[in-house]
Order: sequence, then structure tokens, then C-alpha cells
Amino acid sequence: MINKQIETCDLAVAQVFDGASIMLGGFGNAGMPGQLIDALRRKAVKNLTIISNGAGTGPFALGALFSEGLAKKLIASYPAPTAAGFRDQFLKGEVELELVPQGSLVERIRCGGNGLGGFYTPTGAGTELAHGKETRMINGREHVLEMALRADFVFLKAHLGDRFGNLAYRGTMRNFNMVMASAGETVVAEVDQIVPAGSIEPDNVHTPGIFVDYLVEIERLPNLLEVPKEGV
Amino acid sequence: MNLTRDGIAWRIARDLNEGSYVNLGVGIPVLVSNYLQSNQEIFLHSENGILGVGPKPNKENIDLDLISAGKGFCTLSLGASLFDQQISFTMMRGGHLTHAILGALEVAENGDFANWKVPGEAVPGVGGAMDLAIGSPNIYVAMTHVSNKGKPKIVHRCTAPLTAKACVKRIYSDIAVIDLTPRGLILKEFMPDYDPVKIQSMTEASLIISPDCREMVIPKTATNGVKLYLS
Repeated sequence: MINKQIETCDLAVAQVFDGASIMLGGFGNAGMPGQLIDALRRKAVKNLTIISNGAGTGPFALGALFSEGLAKKLIASYPAPTAAGFRDQFLKGEVELELVPQGSLVERIRCGGNGLGGFYTPTGAGTELAHGKETRMINGREHVLEMALRADFVFLKAHLGDRFGNLAYRGTMRNFNMVMASAGETVVAEVDQIVPAGSIEPDNVHTPGIFVDYLVEIERLPNLLEVPKEGV
Repeated sequence: MNLTRDGIAWRIARDLNEGSYVNLGVGIPVLVSNYLQSNQEIFLHSENGILGVGPKPNKENIDLDLISAGKGFCTLSLGASLFDQQISFTMMRGGHLTHAILGALEVAENGDFANWKVPGEAVPGVGGAMDLAIGSPNIYVAMTHVSNKGKPKIVHRCTAPLTAKACVKRIYSDIAVIDLTPRGLILKEFMPDYDPVKIQSMTEASLIISPDCREMVIPKTATNGVKLYLS
């Protein structure tokens, strides 16, 4: 019987090694695998390359990976001015930043998970984010070559999961999680709830279990989605 | 008279028609959502994965999993959909949104603009600005006409790091509405107390005065009581 569930976040990050590259889903706190990040921090592995849209919103969770000096590099589109943990290390020269336009970051990860080498995009053409990158005219428009991106580990956050690794999200949790699921050597999902096999309707599986190696249930209060009705 | 930030947003909202799919950037653009005409169905896009962003929730209605691009909690409007980053950037980069409204530090006469790297900011961040800029057929810029130091922001060539080349279609400033066309910059509207000569004197790039150039007509306050201009 297939069962990808593991008991704790600490076990889920046990294989992470010094110098590993790690993709983290999430945009803001939605879909951010906060408890796996905290486990990573407890493990105190060093010289990590973090691939994430941002750098956290404070000195906790993702921000703490930077403030505690665990990361040597961040590949991101928007380390916000409020990402104090990252900012302080960046200004001290302790962590390197590779800034990528958000859509190009998504597509680089997609290529990584799809067995593709890279892609040409007009995004960033003629700007300083295209410096050093190959360019090519396509249909009379300048395009920039962006390379595929993969990671040793991918940490995801979903709402529901089953023992096969099938995942379902809610609200704006999907963000980077769905694309990152395909782009890692080892993929771990933290979920609000593990449900019995078959409980997630096949129509409602957002990330098929083939992409997920392990999942761990975390404690979280239920909070149901409310869509406003017409006229309200 | 100069438009307030809300006044610029109000003026932009007048130009958005039913059926528009619009991404609003941070700053003045996000205020446009407060002034959309209530009888029109317009979808607001949020890059993190929403088409159909609704108003901010009151406390009881907060959903921890539902945030908009500004990282604040939001609601969904009728007909909304939720999706991942790939679909979201397909909408943005693939030319599916009808409008993107963005702030800017500078706009050049050739349509280049700069908005992502703010001088003095310790850490650079670009987010989806460059993808929106190259993908949306109508890039509208909302900004003050001159900087805090009185320096024109509509220039021959940008000096700040570019967001994208040759893409801005219209500028809504606190004193004018200007279209960017292959013929050049066309002055369409100006605020009362100003005239085309005065607007030109505050603009580094050369302006062509539209044959139907007119004084802007705008109420003193919006229906929510917010001041739209300062005299």
C-alpha cells in the first residue's frame, strides 16, 4: 500500500543537507509551508540556496532562515522592503540575490519540471535584469533567454492531501505550489488535513500525487472560503 | 487645481468599460478599485492568482487563505476564479488582460518607463511589473506630473532603471491626461488653472496639443466623500 504520510515536519526535512537548493511555495503567507520552514530552521543546515517569490515578511519563518545565516543565496522576484531578515544579511554581503521577474521565475521552474532547458521571453528585455543573458529577435521583438530551474528539495503547502500525495488547495494557496511540485528531486507537502484515499474527488485534485514524495499534516484551525453572493 | 491621488484614480476609473480585465499596481492604481462605476462589471486581476478581486473583508469575513497581491486579505467578486502562478502570468504576459495600471518614477516619450527600482531602497524587488508591462495591450501610468523636487517625470529618456521599453499608452497625472502615440505625446486633458503652455513647461518631452484637448471636468469630492482635487 502506498503511503506518503510522515509524522512530523522534523522528519520531513531530515534529508536536507548543507548547500542544498530548496524551493518554497507561497505568496505572502498564503500557501507558505511555514512549519516545514520552521523545521528547517531547527535543523540549522547551512549554505542553502532558497528559491521563493519573496523573502518573508519579517524576522520569523522564512525571514529567520536569512537572519540566522542559513542561506547563502536567494533566487526571488520580490524580497519586500519589510523582509528585514533578508535585508540585513544582504546589506552585510552575507547573502547573494538573484532577482528574476516573477513570470520568468514561474516559467523557469515550469521548464525545470517539464524537462525543458529554458525559454525566450520579452520580459526584461532592455532592462538591467537581462544583463549577461543571451537575447534573440523573434517576430521583430527582443527576447531574453531564461534558463530552467530545479531544486534538491521542494516544500509545498496545500489544504488537503491523501496518502497518494494528491493535493488540493483553497483560496490563493496555489500560487507557486503547483508549478514547484514538478521541479524538485524530493518534494514534501505540508497540508492542513490528510483525508482518506478517495476523499478528494479526482476532478478536484490540483497537484497529482505523482509529483509528491512525502506529506505531513499540520495543525490548523478550519477557515472556510466564502464567496460573496450576487447583490451583496 | 491638482488632482489628489484619489482624484487620479477616479479619473482613470471613468475610462474603464464593462468587460475590462484590469491589473492594478501598488500606490495610486490600487485606489482605482474604489471608484469603478457600480453598474459595470469589471474584473480585477491579482497576480498571485485571482481574477475578480472584491473589496476588503470586514473582520468576521477574513479568510486566511485569501490575499491579494498587496498581501492584505481580500474577498472575491461575483464570477471570480482562483488559479496558480502559471495561469496568472499567462493572463499577464500573454496579452489577455485588457489594462494594466501602474505607478512610475519616469515615463519617456518613446513609451519606456521606470518603476521597479526606487532610489535609496536597500533591496531591489521587481515582482510582476516587467511581465505586466510587456504583456498588456493598454499600459496606463498613474503618477504625479513632477517629482517632489519639481523635476519633470515625463522625459526624453528615462534615467532610472527601465521596467520595459516602448509600452506605455497613456499617462494620468495630477494635472493632465496624455496619450503616447507613434506621432508623439498628445495632450488630451488638463486641470483647471492650468493650460497647455503651463503643462508643457512642466514636461521635459514635447507635447502635441490634441484638437479636442479640453479642461478636465471633475467633481470636488467622490461619492465616498474623498476629495478629488486640491485648489
